[in-house]
Amino acid sequence: MADIVAPAYRTIPIIPALIPGAMEGKGPFVANEKINEALGFPGKLVDDWHDKAIAKMGDLLNKYRSFRVFMDACVHCGACSDKCHYFIGTQDPKNMPVARQDLMRSVYRRYFTIPGKLFPKLVGARDLTREVLDEWFNYYHQCSECRRCSVFCPYGIDTAEITMAAREILDHIGYGQKYSNEIIGKVHKIGNNLGLPGPALIDTLEGLEEDVKDATGVDVKFPIDVKGAEVLLITPSADFFAEPHIDSLIGYAKVFHATGTSWTLSSMSSEAGNFGMFIGNYDQLRTIAMRIRQAALELGVKRIVVGECGHAWRVAYSFWNTLTGVGDGADANDRFAQMLQKQLDHRYKQPSHICEFTWDMIQDERLTFDKSLNDKHIITFHDSCNVARGSRMGDLPGGQFEIPRNIIKAVANNFVEMAPNTTREQTFCCGGGGGVLTDDLLELRVKGALPRMEVLKQSVDEHGVNFMATICAICKAQFTKVLPIYGFDRKMVGGVHQLVSNAIQLGPK
Amino acid sequence: MASIVFAILFYLATLLFVVGLLYRINTYARTPAPLKIPTTPAPTTTGGVVLRMTREVVFFESLFKSNLWIWGFGMLFHASLALVTLRHLRYFTDPVWAWVEFIQPFGIYAGITMLLGLLGLWGRRLFVERIRYISTPSDHLMLLLLIGIAVSGLMMKFVAHTDVVAVKGYFLGLMHFNVQVLPSDLLLVAHLSMVVALLVVFPFSKLLHAPGVFFSPTRNQKDDPREKRHLSAWAAKLESEKN
Repeated sequence: MADIVAPAYRTIPIIPALIPGAMEGKGPFVANEKINEALGFPGKLVDDWHDKAIAKMGDLLNKYRSFRVFMDACVHCGACSDKCHYFIGTQDPKNMPVARQDLMRSVYRRYFTIPGKLFPKLVGARDLTREVLDEWFNYYHQCSECRRCSVFCPYGIDTAEITMAAREILDHIGYGQKYSNEIIGKVHKIGNNLGLPGPALIDTLEGLEEDVKDATGVDVKFPIDVKGAEVLLITPSADFFAEPHIDSLIGYAKVFHATGTSWTLSSMSSEAGNFGMFIGNYDQLRTIAMRIRQAALELGVKRIVVGECGHAWRVAYSFWNTLTGVGDGADANDRFAQMLQKQLDHRYKQPSHICEFTWDMIQDERLTFDKSLNDKHIITFHDSCNVARGSRMGDLPGGQFEIPRNIIKAVANNFVEMAPNTTREQTFCCGGGGGVLTDDLLELRVKGALPRMEVLKQSVDEHGVNFMATICAICKAQFTKVLPIYGFDRKMVGGVHQLVSNAIQLGPK
Repeated sequence: MASIVFAILFYLATLLFVVGLLYRINTYARTPAPLKIPTTPAPTTTGGVVLRMTREVVFFESLFKSNLWIWGFGMLFHASLALVTLRHLRYFTDPVWAWVEFIQPFGIYAGITMLLGLLGLWGRRLFVERIRYISTPSDHLMLLLLIGIAVSGLMMKFVAHTDVVAVKGYFLGLMHFNVQVLPSDLLLVAHLSMVVALLVVFPFSKLLHAPGVFFSPTRNQKDDPREKRHLSAWAAKLESEKN
């Protein structure tokens, strides 16, 4: 892995030439029997994988309108073909969104459409052979489910939905990915993606209290399992000890402290991330999300707030209400959801993003900042893909772009934007999202970061940017790893609440 | 003879087109969308969704963001096709509706711009490496079919006129299950054969993008998951089983 070097920046952002097969055989590790069986999947590739895969595909076509419509609607117009960061970085044509979809669509046509059954060659239909299956495993694990392609598709075809379906089929026949499935196993067993057990977590939090006391002289608490607290904070477990994530956790705690909010973490439900989405499995998605419901009910909290985490916020914002009832507006006779929704305080959005919480407090003038404490930073903001294209903050569409930027501008003096066609809804994925944040995919991750690194370089050269703020645990981990490969300081990346933490005034107002 | 053959072909093709399309639309409508997946930022109200969908269907908003060449050729083709199709209503109405009369002259030029749009799209498919890579034989044939329809139609207008009065008589007859005589010139036979082919392939091909776009959850869903609980029937069953 040491020989992986960053690809050269493109001098003008031209569309790269195709290099067929550039990323062939560069997929991730396959999950072993123990990992798969822990999730109820077959341990290894089953003998009748062909029939099982086709049957599962038929099942998904009947369960998901997205999958059904997206299989039919594509006209091969090419609108998406130059939009994927993995295609731009690897130049492998099968990393073009449409070509990635066609790996599945060709099989769909062969088994589920009349022209594909009658004239396979004519319509580009293929039998599901072992080679095709391996191709699925390889290329559907070179997609970060970032939805950038779906912004540009005239029919809104979202490759993420097809990647999820592919991974679901693969898991169903015992051909899962090690990284995602292993992590899901840890959530079930221990409660978070990192496998950090309760006592270790409590230790860590006590250590943090001491650190913050040493640094500020103030007793900022990091409460855990406090019954009757107002706010339950659900945050990615990386926030508990990874750098720079932990600085944002300190930021959240300071905001809660400064506003006198009673809050708690949960040792049972100590993970915001939900890898069930990455593998497209509704049961896993739901089971993992149920821990949050359970913690909220047990602790009797009034509000649920989610820390800085991209895909987690998409799941929380878009799916939690459906999966677990965390939200509002359930039918009066929907007992499952009402049980929780009656407990929650609906003067606030349920769930809320920590940025929504902090921004509300800033607007209510309940927080004070010394902006000069961030003067050493010239800051830019990287929109995380799933926050940008799969969620919202606040009341208005696009709040997910404005609120984090508003916070940065409230706590720091120097803020500049990166190139407009790479931010907001058109933002590029960091290269590590959607279940690819693993060292066995490092080459993919480095190459996939190219488009973001190009515009970062531009803003470094033109504006002297030295800090890229983001609100996603995966972005933070991915950039920490790839920034040095592109010749940047790894400490350039950090959280929005890291900046909040730097500038917040904890003394009495 | 040709009159009878075409009568049968048109009846069958129309039947296949209508039934096939209804079947497909029914499948899309019946398939649940269990999760909220609008591509955000998305409208939060039904009115907003209608506007978004209108911009998408009428102006190809997303395509505009993506690539001005594809957008330009695509727009040219689709807008022209719409005009040309409406112009053809004069073969099915007697007396011809006033607004159809009004668009006649534009409809004729639209035949030419439609051809230009199609040639542009085909040119991209042939000469842009990425798009050539993703093209299947049927993608090329579909364009050729449409180009053939446009060219044969234009030739009847500008090169070798056909007896349009008789053509109109024939189609009005078909609508009343009364088969009249169809002029038997080659261009007309070619033109109508290709139209029949288009009707037949429509419900089985990528032409399903036309109804499909209206069912695309990333475009037609409201962004309100926190405000209202969204639950599909099969997902609701999981709750009754486990809780």
